[in-house]
Amino acid sequence: MGNRCAVIGVGQTHYTTRRRDVSIAGLVREAAVRALEDAGLTFKDIDAVVIGKAPDLFEGVMMPEAYLADALGAAGKPMMRVHTAGSVGGSTALVGASLVQGGVHDRVLVVAFEKQSESNATWALSTHLPFNASLVVGAGGYFAPHIREYMRRTGAPGHIGTLVAVKDRLNALKNPYAHLRIPGIDQKMVESTPMLWEPIRYLETCPSSDGACAMVLASEPAVTGTPAWVHGTAMRSEPIFRAGRDTVSPQAGKDCAADVYRQAGITDPRRQIDVAEVYVPFSWYEPMWLENLGFCAEGEGWKLTESGATALDGDTPWNASGGVLSSNPIGASGLIRFAEAALQVRGMAGEHQVDGARTALGHAYGGGAQFFAMWIVGREKL
Amino acid sequence: MREVAIVAFAQTRHTGHDTGLSEPELILPVINEVKERTGLRRFGFTCSGSCDYLAGAPFSFVSALDALGAWPPISESHVEMDAAWALYEAWVRLQHGDLDSALVYGFGKSSLGDLRTIMTLQLDPYYLAPLGLDQLSYAGLQASALGAEREELAEIVRRSRADGRANPYALDLPDPEGDDGLVAPPVTDGAAAVVLAAGDLATRLTSSPAWISGLAHRIEPHYLGMRDLARSASAADAARAAGVGKGPVEVAELHAQFAHEEIILREALELTGDTVINPSGGPLAANPVMATGLIRIGEAAQRILDGRNHRTVAHAAGGPCLQHNLVTVLEG
Repeated sequence: MGNRCAVIGVGQTHYTTRRRDVSIAGLVREAAVRALEDAGLTFKDIDAVVIGKAPDLFEGVMMPEAYLADALGAAGKPMMRVHTAGSVGGSTALVGASLVQGGVHDRVLVVAFEKQSESNATWALSTHLPFNASLVVGAGGYFAPHIREYMRRTGAPGHIGTLVAVKDRLNALKNPYAHLRIPGIDQKMVESTPMLWEPIRYLETCPSSDGACAMVLASEPAVTGTPAWVHGTAMRSEPIFRAGRDTVSPQAGKDCAADVYRQAGITDPRRQIDVAEVYVPFSWYEPMWLENLGFCAEGEGWKLTESGATALDGDTPWNASGGVLSSNPIGASGLIRFAEAALQVRGMAGEHQVDGARTALGHAYGGGAQFFAMWIVGREKL
Repeated sequence: MREVAIVAFAQTRHTGHDTGLSEPELILPVINEVKERTGLRRFGFTCSGSCDYLAGAPFSFVSALDALGAWPPISESHVEMDAAWALYEAWVRLQHGDLDSALVYGFGKSSLGDLRTIMTLQLDPYYLAPLGLDQLSYAGLQASALGAEREELAEIVRRSRADGRANPYALDLPDPEGDDGLVAPPVTDGAAAVVLAAGDLATRLTSSPAWISGLAHRIEPHYLGMRDLARSASAADAARAAGVGKGPVEVAELHAQFAHEEIILREALELTGDTVINPSGGPLAANPVMATGLIRIGEAAQRILDGRNHRTVAHAAGGPCLQHNLVTVLEG
């Protein structure tokens, strides 16, 4: 898989509904500077910049990398802009890693952001190309039927989604960067919130956040500080309109997981992966992805969630950071998953650190659950 | 670096109007063409370039994926940039050594909106975009900074359009009237696809692969006041990193959307008078935004694939006033 690559710096902004105090450039720079400080480096030490975000309509700036080059110290260097829908944060990390693994650069800065307060994301997601059907319902409206189908197939009881919503939000209380920090969050509070898209209640959905995340990636000779070694990387895509596509457990997700596990030498993900940061924007995607990612057999995901196995103190913690349910600057959400996985194996996750985490999964998905990006990072070199 | 070559290139017959084809319909024929030409049905990696703002709706690349028949699922990525950068991403991916082939494509339907105004939206949203500079205004600023002779500019346009009329894929545009130097590039719909292959696979697929001997890109500060607009420092840096000067350049395909950009780029790439510039007609004869840069690489590669040339150079640009430049050196 090419040369070794490590995460040597992670930087995040606080995630919040509106960052009125900074421009888009100020937002991304904040995350980038923190990642560089973590790595003990400056912009001068960076060879190339890779930036990712979700659709440009979210802020109303076309191809914003041109405008952001100055703020990210990219002038005089190569800069690239990745866009793979909701999975883009993950893909951005993978393109950055690829530049190191391919032997092209020694130190790459990857940054992903969304400043959703500049626009209206649900509107931007609801416009459509001519001649295509538009549901005008945002992401929740698109995914709700797939969740209902999951419930029908597996017989999962209705309270599973609320368990995930409570668990992730309790974890978020331990993460100083998390957007939704709700004291006293419990099942009753989630159940008392309005039904948005049956079966998804208000508190079972992700927020709209402003925020940015950055990482510094390095080749083996260029490592500074505490590295998280990249053990495997994979992307997979499938068409949105293919008849017969299983939208409950997409083949692209299964193939992507199989590829990244093969590279990392993982045969039993539940046992071998100490902590997973998985893209769960609607609570029910935890049990669905538990199955899709091979943490359990088909139909068993909701039972794993119900047993408490995915809690911070469970045997296979998922989204110790609070996950997408607690912070969702869309374009950055995938990169946050990848970065939090790196923080865990570096032992730098603070209050939401999983004790002794040596191997972690970062996962992102996008589009109509058709784009996937994943990586496995570890404390040791592979 | 691992040896990687372009082994196939296809482009649409570009149009100056909306033919009613959807983006997947625009892409499908060129994908099929490069599949037929190489005999490859599956690729190790796929990467595309496009821009949502051309269609005015998010996720242009999502429906494009349907044109690929991406089943079983494929390893795939997308840059919201000209597809020349998609080719760069694919080239980097092939450097890992575990994959041997990549499909790269780009597409743009500029006819759907007002392209000149849409380009305003790529400027800094707080300070520059509110000034209302459209694509023609900032091109005018650069042409003025360069201070080229009107006749020289008009000659570049005449030559490009004449070459374009001889190119079946480009538009048939008349000679410019008078001495108007700042002739805007045509608003064009189109798509293009390229297949990359590494090492032995390249030589198995074609007898004359266009080997990528150099590939580099650089970006400059965004603010026009922070740059010497008469020069392109980033194009010069990219050209040096790609090794343009290490041998004679027979043909250069430049992503010069305005005549004055050709003059700036010729100097940045240190091209001599012997180099034939944009024999395809270049962007002044067909400019499907987000595919135009990839087409430059494809046109430069095709001359080697056809055995017409031994060493060619291709250039792609992004951002206002040539802010971002990518240079590829191809050798037979």
